[in-house]
Amino acid sequence: MIFAEWKPVEELVEKLKGRKKILVAGCATCVAECAAGGEKEVDTMAPLISMGLKEKGIDAEITTVMVEKQCEYEFLDDIDAKVKDVDAVLSLACGIGVQAFAEQFPDTPIYPGVNTSGLTVREETGVWASRCAACGDCVLDETFGLCPVARCAKSLMNGPCGGTRKNGKCELNEETDCIWNKIVDRAEARGELETLATVRKTKNWSHARHGGPKKIVREDLKQ
Amino acid sequence: MNAVSGSNLEKVLAAGHFAVTAEVGPPRGPDIQAIKEKGEQVKGVADAFNVTDNQTAVVRMSSIAASKLLLEEGLEPVMQMVCRDRNRIAMQSDLLGAHALGLRNCLCLSGDHQSAGTSGKLKGHPGAKNVFDIDSIQLIAAVKGLRDGVQEGGDTITSPASFFIGAAWTPLGPPEKFRAIRLSKKIAAGADFIQTQAVYDMERFKEAMKRAMDMGLTEKTAILPGIIVPRSAGMLKYMNANVPGIEVPEAMIKRMADASDAKAEGLKIAVELIEMVKELPGAKGVHVQAIEAEHLLRDVIGKAGLLPRPQV
Repeated sequence: MIFAEWKPVEELVEKLKGRKKILVAGCATCVAECAAGGEKEVDTMAPLISMGLKEKGIDAEITTVMVEKQCEYEFLDDIDAKVKDVDAVLSLACGIGVQAFAEQFPDTPIYPGVNTSGLTVREETGVWASRCAACGDCVLDETFGLCPVARCAKSLMNGPCGGTRKNGKCELNEETDCIWNKIVDRAEARGELETLATVRKTKNWSHARHGGPKKIVREDLKQ
Repeated sequence: MNAVSGSNLEKVLAAGHFAVTAEVGPPRGPDIQAIKEKGEQVKGVADAFNVTDNQTAVVRMSSIAASKLLLEEGLEPVMQMVCRDRNRIAMQSDLLGAHALGLRNCLCLSGDHQSAGTSGKLKGHPGAKNVFDIDSIQLIAAVKGLRDGVQEGGDTITSPASFFIGAAWTPLGPPEKFRAIRLSKKIAAGADFIQTQAVYDMERFKEAMKRAMDMGLTEKTAILPGIIVPRSAGMLKYMNANVPGIEVPEAMIKRMADASDAKAEGLKIAVELIEMVKELPGAKGVHVQAIEAEHLLRDVIGKAGLLPRPQV
C-alpha cells in the first residue's frame, strides 16, 4: 500500500496561520491502513491544529471529514458543501489524494498534512517497509520475489556491492537488510544459484518517472 | 589477453611481471600542488595509481582531473568511476573525455552510498539524490562497449576509446557463496583486472582464490589482492568490525597491540602479506594502500622486493 506519515504539527500550524476555517480531510484507504490519515488520525490531528493555532493567538474553526477515497473524484462530489464552507483544507491523504482534491476544488487552498514516501508492506504492527519502486519493469520472477530496485540502496541489478556487513545487513545501517544477501539465500535454497550468474543488462528506466510523467490509456476500458 | 589499451599496467601484466598498484586520493580542494606532492612521494613505487572518485561520498577533486594531473607528473593513473553520481550518458561522455586526455585505465565501482559522507567531522551530502542508473557490472560492459566503438545505447562512436578495464572484488563479504559468481559476472562483462578488498586473513583469502581458480577465473583476468598497511591495533579492530568484507585474524590484532612500535610492526605485517600474495597461485600482482600515509608505500613495496618497477 501507499505509505505516508504526518508532517510535524508545528510545521502545519505555521503554514495554516491566517486561515480561519479549516477542514481536516481524511481518507479511508491506504493512509488509514498506515495510521496517518484515517478517522482516528483526523480526530487526533484536528484538535492539535486548533491548539497550535490558539497558542499563536489564532481562533480558527476546525471541522473534519472522512472521504472513502480521496483519489476518486466521485467520492469528492459528496463533500462539496463542506469544502465550500471553509477557506482551507488540510488533507491527510497521500499525494494522489491531495492532487485529486485540488483538481476537484481548484478555488480552495489545500495543504498536505502528510508526507507520502513509498509503496510498503506492513511487516508487523507499527512497522512498514518498502517493497516496490514502481519502476514499471518488474523483475521479481528473476530475483526470487525480492525487489532489488526498491530494497537495495543502490538499486543494483547484478548482485550485492562490497558493502554487505558480516550479519547480512546493508552498509547503510544495521536495520536494513542487504536484499541481495536474501536473494542469494533464496536462490540457493531453491538450488538455483546459477540463475543469478547471468549479467543483467542495463535497465530501461523510461518505464518509470524518468520517461516523463506517466499516463496509461487502456482503450478497452475507455468510454 | 591481447593488448587493448596500451596502458603501462596492461603492458606490465602482459609481460608476465607481478604488478603493483597503489592509491592516490584527490584533495578536498582544487590544489594542484597537493596532487603533485603526493605524486612525487609515490612516483616509481607502482605500475599504476588508483585515483578515487569521491570515495565515501566526500566531495573531492574529480578523478578525471586528478588522474590527468598525475599523468602530467609521469605517473600512470587508474581512474576510478562510481555509479552513484552519474548516469550512463554522463559516464560515457566522461570516459571519452578521459581517453582524450590520455587516461587508459578505468576501475568500475558501485560507489559508497551518499550517506557515507556524514561521518566524523564532515557534514557530507546525505540529502543528495543518487543515480545508480547502471551498476558496476553494467559500467564494465559500457566501458568495454566504448573500446569496441559502440555506446551502451547502440550508437557507434567516431573512434574507439580503449581502456584497460578494472573491477573490485570483495571475496570475504557475505553472501560468500555468491562472491566468486559475482566476480565471474564482472569478467564476463569485460573486466581485465581485479583489485580486491584488503586481505588480512590470508587463509580464508586463499580458499576464495581457489574457488576463483577452480572456476577458471584467474586465467581470464588479472587478480591483484589488496593490502592496506596496518597502522595500529585499533585500526585493525575498527576495520574488522566496521568495514564490510575485511576480516582480520585475532592473532594479528594481538600482534599489533603487543608490539612496542606498532607502526614498524604494521609495515612488517604489510611486507609479510605482500610476500604471501607473491606466492599465491592465481595472483598476478598486488594493490597496496597506505591510507593517509602514502609516504610509507616506497618502504613497504621496496622491502617486499618489488622495486624497482619494470620498464616495459
